[in-house]
Amino acid sequence: MHGLIARTLQCFLQDTYGQIAWQEIATMGGLDSQDFEAMLDYDTGSVQNVLSAAERYLQKPRDVILEDIGTYLITHPNNEGLRRLMRYGGGDFIDFLHSLEDLPGRARLAVADFDLPEIELRDCNAGQFLLHSGCGQSGMPGFGHVLVGVLRAMADDYGALVILDHQGRRDGSEIVDITVIETDFAQGREFDLGALPPLHGGQAT
Amino acid sequence: MTFPLASLDILCPMHVLLDPGGRVRSVGPTMAKLFRDHDWKGEHFSTLVDIYRPHPVTQIVQLRDLVGRRLQMRMRNPRRTMLKGMSMPADAGGVLLNLGFGIKVVDAVRDYALTSTDFAVTDLAIDMLYLVEAKSAAMEASRTLNRRLQGAMLAAEQRAYTDTLTGLRNRRALNHVLDRLMRSGARFAVMNIDLDFFKQVNDTRGHAAGDRVLQVVARAMLDVMRKVDTVARVGGDEFVVLLEDVRDRGMLADLADRLIRRIEQPILVDGEDCKVSASIGIAMREPLENTPLTADDLLERADVALYSAKRKGRAQHAFFPQETLAAAERIHR
Repeated sequence: MHGLIARTLQCFLQDTYGQIAWQEIATMGGLDSQDFEAMLDYDTGSVQNVLSAAERYLQKPRDVILEDIGTYLITHPNNEGLRRLMRYGGGDFIDFLHSLEDLPGRARLAVADFDLPEIELRDCNAGQFLLHSGCGQSGMPGFGHVLVGVLRAMADDYGALVILDHQGRRDGSEIVDITVIETDFAQGREFDLGALPPLHGGQAT
Repeated sequence: MTFPLASLDILCPMHVLLDPGGRVRSVGPTMAKLFRDHDWKGEHFSTLVDIYRPHPVTQIVQLRDLVGRRLQMRMRNPRRTMLKGMSMPADAGGVLLNLGFGIKVVDAVRDYALTSTDFAVTDLAIDMLYLVEAKSAAMEASRTLNRRLQGAMLAAEQRAYTDTLTGLRNRRALNHVLDRLMRSGARFAVMNIDLDFFKQVNDTRGHAAGDRVLQVVARAMLDVMRKVDTVARVGGDEFVVLLEDVRDRGMLADLADRLIRRIEQPILVDGEDCKVSASIGIAMREPLENTPLTADDLLERADVALYSAKRKGRAQHAFFPQETLAAAERIHR
């Protein structure tokens, strides 16, 4: 599994629950060193073990943790760089949804060996979408839950009103039901194309 | 084929339409942002942009000659923004210029506060900006890793070259420096230092006291020697010092005696003094010596000198007898 994903899990736990919680979880998860490196590869099992340890330590179901990770990726100040990258997806939330299929390709542009699960968006009715996501070559079950967190945070970012529902797995892919009620519901967050991207503390994923 | 100007605005938001006299008839919405400091309508194109490639262009006739050729120009404003593009014939003898930023798009977006809607849908500008940001983020992550690895490597190297008890260099470090000095052809000296009466301290006061004495002696060596010298512990109570940049024997003799006096100062361990001294053997590598000398020969010579110091009654230094050697060489020839 790519170190970026492992590192994201670590940063999420550190930034949300503190350094001590992270050390406890890393120890419970049987991690040799106390750090994942973003640019190294890790055995999928060891990352899964840390995630399971986090479930036990935080007394939270895995799905909830994964969704929190998605929200964290977009909303935490340390990830401003990533939020900016996501905003390149389009001018409003619908544009953004349509750009999601490009996401794995875009990620590979930046980091050639970074394989995100394939994403497919199906347009159902007006404002109604179904998002199918696989689980990637490195095996990332639960990626759909992370996407729900990302989508929820991005909807806020654009100021759109949406309803999201993870419908579980069907034929090997996870399905998220998206209903866009209003794209211009609230004042979104600023996105200035020419602003200097933050270089430090940004966690590219 | 004709189509409304509004279509041109959407498809080519960076176009400039000139009338037959070279004056600006209309510009695309993104070009209008670039010309924000100018009242561009009716202006002659040469007052707005400085076309310099393939060659300077100031007249509309020249522009017509360059139809289909790649043009390069700068905005005539303080930013001197670089543009590239092409001119094509328009209706009624006019000329249509379509422009773009090329590789400088990142600066242009910042300079003119452009947004994603300012670019044609087919333009890769936004993807380019995305790539620049994503690459710098990924590069930063790589750099962070490299910095951490480098720190770990330096620490590991440091450990590998350090004697853990005294913090002096170890034999591995000594060999490393010795090899470098041998290759360099420079003049340098080797001091072989052996503590006197150390065995008694170990036997009567125990190993912990012995260790303490070694640590204090190590400190003394670092104090007396210069920063550039390599001070290594190579055995229980054996030390080797490599001294670069030595002028003469007098200076070495002086250093050796100072070190012995310093080591002879009583060392207080658990309320009781421990007394040791040192014998020092010194050998020099002279750059112009006739016989090529190996590192082992040199250490061997320092050892010979050390035993001569011990024989003469310890607590003193001795040089490897260079003169004897010279004499031996003369006879040999």
